[in-house]
Amino acid sequence: MSEHSKLEEILKAGSLEEILGTAVPYPKEIELKGKISRETVEELSRIKNEPEWMLRHRLKALELFEKLPMPKWVVGIEELDLESFSLYSKPELEREVKDWDDLPENIRRTFERLNIPEIEKKFLSGLTAVFDSESVYSQLKEEFEKKGIIMLPMEEAVKRYPDLVKRYFGKVFPPGEHKFSALHHALWSGGAFVYIPKGVRVPFPIEAFFVIGSALEGQFEHTLLIADEGSYVHFIEGCSAPMYKGFSFHDGMVEIYAHKGATVKFTTIQNWSRNVINFNNKRAIIEENAYVEWIEGSIGSHITYTYPSSVLKGEGARTAQYVVSLSNGPYLKDTGAKTWHLAPNTSSKIVSKSISANGGINIYRGLVRIAKGAKNSTATVSCDSLILDEKSKAYTYPHNQNDEPSASIIHEATTGRLSEDKLFYLNSRGIKEEEAKSLIVLGFISEILEGLPFEYVEVLKKVIELEFSEIGGVG
Amino acid sequence: MLKVDNLRVKVEDKEILKGISLTVDKGELHVVMGPNGSGKSTLALTIAGHPRYQVIDGRILFEGEDITNLPPEERAKRGIFLSFQHPIEVEGVKVIQFLQRVLKNLKGLDEIQAYELIFNAVQELGLDESMLARFLNVGFSGGERKKLEMLQAYLVKPKLLILDEPDSGVDVDSLKMIASVINKLHEEGTSVLLITHYGRILEHLKPNRVHVIKEGKIVASDGVELVKMIEEKGFAAVEEL
Repeated sequence: MSEHSKLEEILKAGSLEEILGTAVPYPKEIELKGKISRETVEELSRIKNEPEWMLRHRLKALELFEKLPMPKWVVGIEELDLESFSLYSKPELEREVKDWDDLPENIRRTFERLNIPEIEKKFLSGLTAVFDSESVYSQLKEEFEKKGIIMLPMEEAVKRYPDLVKRYFGKVFPPGEHKFSALHHALWSGGAFVYIPKGVRVPFPIEAFFVIGSALEGQFEHTLLIADEGSYVHFIEGCSAPMYKGFSFHDGMVEIYAHKGATVKFTTIQNWSRNVINFNNKRAIIEENAYVEWIEGSIGSHITYTYPSSVLKGEGARTAQYVVSLSNGPYLKDTGAKTWHLAPNTSSKIVSKSISANGGINIYRGLVRIAKGAKNSTATVSCDSLILDEKSKAYTYPHNQNDEPSASIIHEATTGRLSEDKLFYLNSRGIKEEEAKSLIVLGFISEILEGLPFEYVEVLKKVIELEFSEIGGVG
Repeated sequence: MLKVDNLRVKVEDKEILKGISLTVDKGELHVVMGPNGSGKSTLALTIAGHPRYQVIDGRILFEGEDITNLPPEERAKRGIFLSFQHPIEVEGVKVIQFLQRVLKNLKGLDEIQAYELIFNAVQELGLDESMLARFLNVGFSGGERKKLEMLQAYLVKPKLLILDEPDSGVDVDSLKMIASVINKLHEEGTSVLLITHYGRILEHLKPNRVHVIKEGKIVASDGVELVKMIEEKGFAAVEEL
């Protein structure tokens, strides 16, 4: 079976770069560079042929970007000269894309190498693929369209469902939050819009896959997911980039609105190459008895900042945030989760697992806040760090604030090291150092892997094995 | 099979083994006894290749080849298996997955072949199947850990089985099971080097030779009658020989 052999090929490849190869220059239709000015934003909006209200939204965000200070806790980003970046880059498409075959060969091949078309066919309800700044492919299986599910590139949704978009866009994660959310709202491009009608359960996951195709590029995709009352959806985000010289900057955003009784699972498997500075803005508003589960897997990138956030707005709302961060090599992962309990009987659970190896640094930054009046709410936070060698580090900065006497926050943190004795035990069973490390890492995150579909677990396992085999060289 | 030749070993600048020589021929069962801190475990861990134990002099030969500087996984592949005194825990890794990986690495078995072998062995040894679904040694009692070590040895069928105090911290029933696995492997031709402090496991075994280590040196080597003497008079009596 060809599907199988393709998956096998990916699993067997030496590294992700081997699959994706070195970036090749490709024809770009439009590229915006230079100073981030009113003119830049107006030009972007004009190219996209946007309604007036969206242009106003962008310009307001731009003003905020100029006013807001650089967040104090951010390390690394200030070294980037944003003005040297290509802020909008639209790949040249020859015709309307209804099938993978309609895509230019270089773009199609990138997605094929990652097995995305096969995965779509086999077990997804729908897929959006974003290349640089634009959604290049977006298909929802017909049966789901008939149920009233909407899945479109964000730009198209702005035009076709303006009222629906206006009601939520920038309301879950407003531009004024900090400098990077403002920049994002001013320059957003690409991403997916998903709407699940009342009571509709989407049986298979919907996926969005993001690729940054060249260096010195900014990607600002925006995903907006609305789950109406009593609906269910699992959304999976994958990120990848081939190797190139120079940095690229990713400042994406996800806004989720889970209405009464809805369930949303949102899974991210981020495996950017080592020259992507990755900044994420992710937040969900969760109404009465609704449930949102975040799984945030950060494997690749040079530096990643990501803190999926849940606002428990309605009574009985629940959330779980699972964060896995691997820093293998001289890289930084600044990750965590944020939860606000604003209504009675709400509950939250944060599970963070970080792995530091070969000089990698992990920082956990978390916030749990229970507001006065959020009676009988409960929050649990557990932060586990695994440090594989002397050169690597892990820090945790949890912040818990409980203003409601009948509510409780439980916090646990552990730090584990790979001891010589543990490694020797595995060695003595014929398991080499690199294999032992990946075994221990996979065991360490097994609780989180259990919540993922089989295909993704297999790919993730392989990615982690590759991480350690590349550096290995011992024995 | 195994020849330890004038072995001197130090740990963090402290010399523990001060010239040990010992030969275990094919199919033989040797016992090493000695008081606490005499260097028994050091001998076991050095033969298996623990990096903390530095060989400063002498050699270890296995099937005629010098393995003194081989990494532990290489020694395992050549047929040396150490049953640990303190087996380690690995959170999140199920016993079944671990055993499958061990059998893949040491025996070249695929997952299905390994699975069948493991299930048959569990039944044969009268172990509790539910153990396979638990995480490796996590929350295991002392006896359960030792039994799992024996299950591994039984699956791997090594050429040389080294046992580091398999009888410490186990109840009578576990002790019988452990002894029966040693006997089974021994009957199938495995050479055995058994390290024990108490000697109570020896009631169930028929050793070819018994060595007594004290302060890093072998002070006596003899037949099984040596065990009886130690049991009656203690290790102090050995020195007077």
